[in-house]
Amino acid sequence: MSKFVYLVPLFPLIGFLINGLGRKAMTKSMISIIGCGVMLASFVVSVLVFFDVKEHGATVVNLFSFIKAYSFQVPFAFQVDQLSSLFLLIITGIGFLIHLYSAAYMHEEEEQHFGRYFAYLNLFVFSMLLLVLGANYVIMFIGWEGVGLCSYLLIGFWFKNDQYNYAAKKAFVMNRIGDLGFLLAVFWLIFKLGTVSYGDVFANIDKLSDLDITAITLLLFVGAMGKSAQLPLYTWLPDAMAGPTPVSALIHAATMVTAGIYMIARSNILYTLAPVSQTVVAIVGLATAIFAATIALKQNDIKKVLAYSTVSQLGYMFLGLGVGAYTGAVFHVMTHAFFKALLFLGAGSVIHAMHHEQDIRKMGGLKKHMPITHITFLLACLAIAGIPPFSGFFSKDEILMAAYNSNPLYYYVGMAGALMTAFYMFRLYTMTFLGSFRGTHEQEHHLHESPSAMTIPLIVLAVLSVLGGFVGIPEVFASDAHSLEHFLAPIFAESAKIQHGHHLSHTQEYMMMGVSTILIIGIILFAVSKFKKTQAQQTESSGIAKLLENKWYVDELYDTVIVKPLHLLSVFLKNIVEKSGIDGAVNGVGKLVGYGSRQLRLLQSGQVGNYLLIMVMIMIVFVLIWFNDLTIMNFLKKLF
Amino acid sequence: MPIQYYIYLSLALFSIGIIGVLTRRNAIIVFMCVELMLNAVNLLLVAFSKMHHGVALATDPATTAGIDGQLFVFFIMVVAAAEVSVGLAIIVMMYRNVHSVDINFLNRLKN
Repeated sequence: MSKFVYLVPLFPLIGFLINGLGRKAMTKSMISIIGCGVMLASFVVSVLVFFDVKEHGATVVNLFSFIKAYSFQVPFAFQVDQLSSLFLLIITGIGFLIHLYSAAYMHEEEEQHFGRYFAYLNLFVFSMLLLVLGANYVIMFIGWEGVGLCSYLLIGFWFKNDQYNYAAKKAFVMNRIGDLGFLLAVFWLIFKLGTVSYGDVFANIDKLSDLDITAITLLLFVGAMGKSAQLPLYTWLPDAMAGPTPVSALIHAATMVTAGIYMIARSNILYTLAPVSQTVVAIVGLATAIFAATIALKQNDIKKVLAYSTVSQLGYMFLGLGVGAYTGAVFHVMTHAFFKALLFLGAGSVIHAMHHEQDIRKMGGLKKHMPITHITFLLACLAIAGIPPFSGFFSKDEILMAAYNSNPLYYYVGMAGALMTAFYMFRLYTMTFLGSFRGTHEQEHHLHESPSAMTIPLIVLAVLSVLGGFVGIPEVFASDAHSLEHFLAPIFAESAKIQHGHHLSHTQEYMMMGVSTILIIGIILFAVSKFKKTQAQQTESSGIAKLLENKWYVDELYDTVIVKPLHLLSVFLKNIVEKSGIDGAVNGVGKLVGYGSRQLRLLQSGQVGNYLLIMVMIMIVFVLIWFNDLTIMNFLKKLF
Repeated sequence: MPIQYYIYLSLALFSIGIIGVLTRRNAIIVFMCVELMLNAVNLLLVAFSKMHHGVALATDPATTAGIDGQLFVFFIMVVAAAEVSVGLAIIVMMYRNVHSVDINFLNRLKN
């Protein structure tokens, strides 16, 4: 079955072509059937591939030679192993649900825009599949760029709004900064090893010096920072909310931002051999987790809160990668994909019902109007907050335990972030669903539960969010119950040999879980009681709250430190270097020729005498040259 | 007579011709100076031809070497005669048009 793996990315590509080219000719129902159908087909193949891998192990499927230059070769090959097949399931499975949801959510769009939307969405999934399936860093880079492009297209989907276009450009530029790091790392690999295929790179790793490995891993991490929205390149992700809500779900859950995690998990051996890079990854991840969580505390846009929570959760994944808990990070990618997709789709459902109102201060009391959305959203909140036995608890716990083993400080800071997560998620939940409605009567009158095409994905995702954690039950509850770890073991085997972490005793672990759970429940109760009676009128916040509301003024900081000086430099280059330097040189040559010709023209005076004089003078010059010839001189000497 | 005298004479004639061409503005005089230069060259040609023939005769009494130079001179004189007739015709036409034989007067081709 593995040799048919090319079908997985092929289906979305076909969907992209049909929907993209025929968007003006087809009806909306045809477009959505094709858009969702290809995803379903892709998902079915992924499931088959997954079970095939589970049974027969990993293979590399070679399709054709992509680049061939003397001894350097890049085959177009697909890496079918445990890690990629797991990601295939996440991407195509959640991707399919989001496509299904989109068919109902985007129904108000005109036909050709509807087709354009589905074409982009399919292309997005195709790029992500290419990224995950590629058997070398070059194919991965193609997918890497592809998701960047598609995020640009989809964030700026409503291109008539300038603000949205700016957000799209911001996402693209931020990603480009990271991509440069990735590209440099790939070049470094080619320079040192002459190959980019995973198998060859990992087999020849002893040929790399420590410096090489550290530099390569750090450069790769710069790429991951851009794509997975880590400090300092995270600001594009919250602005990416400009796109349609299902797109946010796709970006945040199934595709795009998990690319960085996947890439590091894929290169885990390199990172394990570079402790410096690991520390950098862990610290950046932790800093992002806590930083984004503080911002999320005071946001009032339902999607912004979720966006910052994604940044924060991605930070946890990087923390996991940094402390060597690769399985934990991948596990968290999976559970996060479930509950974050659910949260975004739930938020989309709310926004749909509220007629594109996103401010949670104007919501409240939606519980009785939207029962399914309410229940599923609550389950997702419990999952992300880390209440046992919901999925988020298992994955977050695994990462935090590994962090504790590496450095207890990581654990305490991470725990603080987790408490903030619980707080802001339940602030969001309470302000949206509990209390009394704070919007207009018009809006209240139109409140309704979303159609079944939107609620079915919610229910499926809710089930996954609740039960998804049970593939990774920690050892403390039952030995050998962590099926995900067993499944992924071959991928991380090399790293596991090198790592030698000490493990906590079971009592210690129980105690930590117990304390954290009690703390989280306490925070949740506090948040619910605090925000239940929110009034429509809000007072102007001040001090630290104002700082958080304005996102620590990071955008403004970047604006003054980077954007403005760069702008000044461009103005300088345009006015001084371009206009006087380059243009001056080019125009100067023209002017010089013109001036020279004008002077030369004076020779043509019309006076025959002048012409003759010049002629005679030139003849004299020739005669003098001629006289210098020795034979003639000798002949003349003989005569006279 | 030594060859040097001929060379000096033709040099002098040629120089007078050049100076005349350069300094005079009357088209007819310029024309005469051109003829003067032409004849200076003719004189030189005849002189060298004679010298060459004389040297060759000393070794071979039946030689014809050097006499073709004198033949050339006749050709040149014929051509010069034709040229004079054309040139004078042009000058006459010029005089009819502008009532002047000043060569600086006709400068309409300038620029």
